[in-house]
Amino acid sequence: MDQLLQHLLNGLLLGATYSLLGIGLTLVFGLMNVVNFAHGEFYTLGAYAAFAVLTLASVNFFLAIPLAIAAGALVGAVCERGLLRPLRAQSIDTVMLVMIGLWIAMQNAELLGWGGVAKSVPTPFTTEPLVLGAVSVAPLRIFVFTVSGLLILGAHLLLARTKLGRAMRATFQDRETAALMGVSIERIHTITFAFGAGLAAGAGALLGPVFLLYPSMGDLASLKAFSVVILGGLGNFGGAALGGLVLGIAEELGAGYVSSGYRDAVGFLMIVAVLLLRPSGLFARAERVG
Amino acid sequence: MRPAALAGTLLVAVTAPAWVWNPYHLHTLIMAGIFAVLALSLNLLLGYTGQLSLGHAAFFGIGAYAAALLSVKLEWSPWLGLLASVALPALAGYVIGRLALKLRGAYFVLLTISFAGCVSLVSVNWMDLTNGPLGIPGVPPVEIALPGLPPLALRSKSAYYYLVLAAVVLAYLVCLALIRSRIGRALIALRENETLAASVGIDATHYLVLAAVLSAAMAGFAGGLYAHYTRFVSPEVFLFTYTVTMVIMVVAGGKGTLAGPVVGAVLFTALPEALRELTSYQWQMLLYGVLLIAVLFFMPEGIVPALRAAWLPRGRRARPS
Repeated sequence: MDQLLQHLLNGLLLGATYSLLGIGLTLVFGLMNVVNFAHGEFYTLGAYAAFAVLTLASVNFFLAIPLAIAAGALVGAVCERGLLRPLRAQSIDTVMLVMIGLWIAMQNAELLGWGGVAKSVPTPFTTEPLVLGAVSVAPLRIFVFTVSGLLILGAHLLLARTKLGRAMRATFQDRETAALMGVSIERIHTITFAFGAGLAAGAGALLGPVFLLYPSMGDLASLKAFSVVILGGLGNFGGAALGGLVLGIAEELGAGYVSSGYRDAVGFLMIVAVLLLRPSGLFARAERVG
Repeated sequence: MRPAALAGTLLVAVTAPAWVWNPYHLHTLIMAGIFAVLALSLNLLLGYTGQLSLGHAAFFGIGAYAAALLSVKLEWSPWLGLLASVALPALAGYVIGRLALKLRGAYFVLLTISFAGCVSLVSVNWMDLTNGPLGIPGVPPVEIALPGLPPLALRSKSAYYYLVLAAVVLAYLVCLALIRSRIGRALIALRENETLAASVGIDATHYLVLAAVLSAAMAGFAGGLYAHYTRFVSPEVFLFTYTVTMVIMVVAGGKGTLAGPVVGAVLFTALPEALRELTSYQWQMLLYGVLLIAVLFFMPEGIVPALRAAWLPRGRRARPS
């Protein structure tokens, strides 16, 4: 029983960062109709950006995270202007291949820049776990969970309460009508992609200190993000938030009770199962797919 | 391809071992051949049904493991192993094709990625069967047994080159026959407009499953050839790099053409080898990524259609591949 509680807690803590990853991906898909296979690379970028400012510029740990988010958003904006805008008229499949190209290019640029040796990020948190009754948890994980939650809340408020958010939702619903109402679609696209990239970078900066940094870390992150998005339904914000928690908990249970070697298979199997049984996501009403 | 060009290409290919003295260059040619079979196989899906599989390394890997395990553990003849390296991936392709049923575009991509991810994890974790990350050494060479003569093991590079060349020609002919047939027309119709194709009675699921089975079988065959050539198989055969390389070969060479994947395979096996002295592996992969983007921006149809458009007189251009 205690063990189950511990697994559930770990899953919840991990799941919040998965939600963060998934939200960025799902927004970009829903709004721009872009399947962003480079999403995980913005996660890697965020992790290395945080590492760089921490170790090279010896910036405060808590400042490194917003800096990493800013770096991700900036590179995201540049990629949108340089690669996605000229391809607006192209088919979704062509754009998908371009994003695969970006993925490979970014990952190997990281590899060239940082080398293949894994790096660990220093944190001001003690590694002494906090014991709460039957379960224990590292303070760093609580911090990561809290910040992830705040970022998700922030993203939600931005979408639901601000003028920009309204313009984004309008574009999501009907691009042409939104444009007729005076929404600058070009600007919304750049902001959305930068926003999604920034969230991924934030997840990277947060999870980087929990795990290790290595240039291909984005592959798994992309996979988790896609699992989350498929669980929640492509383009579904709330679905992605919930889907992240579901995936986190399912992984912890899978690793705890089945085999830790197959931890990452949980995501794969969930993708397959959801695609086959409920392709529009666990939390969506019926909708055409593909 | 026009007969003169085809004959010329074949002549160059058949005489290659006579004038390629450097064994390393011959090795590059053999790898180019294996990749040509892979690219042709991916092209069946990507080029003719329009569905991108990012799990093709899984079929390649299953084929390689099937050939290696059967010949090492059960001591089957390599020829039977090669047969199994076609049959097992074909079965996997059937399952994927059936599962994919209504999934298109990004959903199909994700399904294939997930499948490849699962298979790769199995190859690492199922120690008893696959020997885990250590891999399976000592895969025997392919032997040719002619009546009255001692069995001839294809140990030399030039002998193996001809086996691979034969495989490429076979794969090319299979694709050619398929595309020229009713099946090929059905696949192209589905790629162009699925709803319209369905309205004239083309059963999408049936043809997509067929394409997936054939494509997987060819990729698996390439895997079997690879296993008997390198004589060693490890979970590295499932590396995503293999899939990426195939995608680049097909897209850059010209998806939906028969010559495109072969040209892409030769080019993108030779190019990295030529650049090897100048650059590292990372630069090479970085270049692949940039090149993929550049091709999609400036030559979205690929090299072969672009050359064809430049060479052929205007009237003959609009020939469907």
